[in-house]
Amino acid sequence: MIRVIHVSDDAVAHALGVDAVVAALRTAAPEAELRRVSGWGMHWLEPIIEVDGIGYGPVAAEDVQAILAGEADHLRLGIIAEHPWIAGQDRLTFARAGKTRPLSLEDYAATGGWVGLNAARARPAQAVLDEVKASGLRGRGGAGFPAGIKWQTVADTPGAVKYIVANADEGDSGTFADRMLMEGDPYGLIEGMAIAGYAVGARKGYIYIRSEYPHAIARLEAAIALSRAIVAPFDVEVRVGAGAYVCGEETSLLNSLEGKRGEVRAKPPLPAIEGLFGRPTVVNNVLTLAAIPWILAHGGVAYAAYGMGRSRGTMPLQIAGNVRYGGLYETAFGITLGDIVNRIGGGSESGAPVRAVQVGGPLGAYFPPALFDTPFDYESFAARDGLIGHGGVVVFDASVDMLAQARFAMEFCAHESCGKCTPCRIGSTRGVEALDRVRAGGRSAPDNVERLPQMRNAKGPQPGAAAELALVEDLCDTMASTSLCALGGFTPYPVMSAIRHFPEDFGAGTPVAEAAE
Amino acid sequence: MDLDTILRKHRDSEGPLLPILRDIQAAFGCISEAHKREVAQALNLTRAEVHGVASFYHDLRDAPADRPIIRLCHAEACQARGGRALVAAAERIADGRVLTEAVYCLGLCAVGPSAIVGDEIHARLTPAKLAALIEKAAA
Repeated sequence: MIRVIHVSDDAVAHALGVDAVVAALRTAAPEAELRRVSGWGMHWLEPIIEVDGIGYGPVAAEDVQAILAGEADHLRLGIIAEHPWIAGQDRLTFARAGKTRPLSLEDYAATGGWVGLNAARARPAQAVLDEVKASGLRGRGGAGFPAGIKWQTVADTPGAVKYIVANADEGDSGTFADRMLMEGDPYGLIEGMAIAGYAVGARKGYIYIRSEYPHAIARLEAAIALSRAIVAPFDVEVRVGAGAYVCGEETSLLNSLEGKRGEVRAKPPLPAIEGLFGRPTVVNNVLTLAAIPWILAHGGVAYAAYGMGRSRGTMPLQIAGNVRYGGLYETAFGITLGDIVNRIGGGSESGAPVRAVQVGGPLGAYFPPALFDTPFDYESFAARDGLIGHGGVVVFDASVDMLAQARFAMEFCAHESCGKCTPCRIGSTRGVEALDRVRAGGRSAPDNVERLPQMRNAKGPQPGAAAELALVEDLCDTMASTSLCALGGFTPYPVMSAIRHFPEDFGAGTPVAEAAE
Repeated sequence: MDLDTILRKHRDSEGPLLPILRDIQAAFGCISEAHKREVAQALNLTRAEVHGVASFYHDLRDAPADRPIIRLCHAEACQARGGRALVAAAERIADGRVLTEAVYCLGLCAVGPSAIVGDEIHARLTPAKLAALIEKAAA
């Protein structure tokens, strides 16, 4: 019997040397059928291979002989679909992860591919819009805006030309769900975009993807070419970014697509009314669009049966950082943060106690273990001055220096600011300086401005770190209230949460006043 | 690819400036003053508009890099896995032979620290693995 060997084709496997494993397999078992499949999302076990349905990982080239001889029990994972870490998930968007060859149209059709698109096209466009509204699907990029309402706005806005834009500029640290989906199930995204195009009357779609994802870019371009006839008359094109985090913000992304500097636009007008080239445009995150085929195939009500409160459906969580069992975990909204970190993630990889968890990327708040009872949904996180963002959960152990993390948040904002609005452009740099003075324990000498003759009546420098910290809090308040977009507006989340929950890292153990209410 | 070929390739696309600049960067290693003027001419833009776009994006350079480049992830998930120490070590090991630049997230956040050299990605970096990468790039 010819052996069938599945080998993970996820970028994580590539980064961990899967090419050498493939070479070893070809030498050791030349007769076997090698299938490059998408990743299961169990990143701590990559590279994963499956020999006649039995999983092994993490596999190095020198393990191959033992695995083929059935002597690698220490790497044996059994049937991966039955592994508790996979069996405990609700995989709707990632139903194909680990199972199919990403570019195989045959595999895609055999696993329910194109059912959603055909179901949509068999109905009037308004019925598709109603189905998406019934699902309660909200934007998975972070803002959480109801997808159905956005689509309805675009559908209702008159215009001969409309666009669908997939935001694949997944710049948040700790997130990789878009990358995994585009590498592992590219037709899922294309199908979702084609359904959106049918629903709102758009014939052109752009996928704006970051340049840091070379594997995903190549995969998407191949998938678009192979599926062109199926999604026609809808047409999809890939556009690659050029290393600007802010282009993940939708209006900045649109400017970048138009060939301009990636500066944010003031809203209104909403992109749904005046978007790409001034035309009505749906801008949705990859995960939002990739959830659509399932919704059309199984019904919006079935999707809405998952979740809690106003957060319906499932969220592909990305468990990352210093964590034992990291990877992609798709589950219904409502699971607590503690469950994500400890029960699923297995605590820190280093073995030291978990001290902080940043949820929602570089603009998300740091949560201490005392808040691990927070349920994972949009409103619960907002109520505790945090955000779920794109679903990234980054775990830090006891060695983390929270003042350094707060400083990094400001530094990152300064590095990535588009420069359009002052609070973000200048505030972030002043924030770095003020946090450096907190580190130094305040200052005693007057600065250059205070030495000017005009300033002779002003108060001199206030001694101590507390005065500098008060300045940081004041600055955060200004940035949060007056920035044009989420980059400057949300940078205070990590900074203020670090100050509030970890005051001992900000100077002499002085308790810090509540702020940023 | 020469500049004319690049311009022709994007003749029919909407908003072609960024794809053109990316192709120039890939073909020539930078976007020179002469490139900016020619692109401006071809797209009926001012040279200042092209310069404004070219100078906005971190990937686009105005002079070619004089050494091989290794881009190390500086973002939070890699920091949580020892990325800060590795970044400091990289400077020391590279010792001016390769450019160590920052990249903010490669989507390998559960297996960091990570780096990208050209289109080749690497994860679970240790100082020893990083040193091997640097030696390979510098050779």
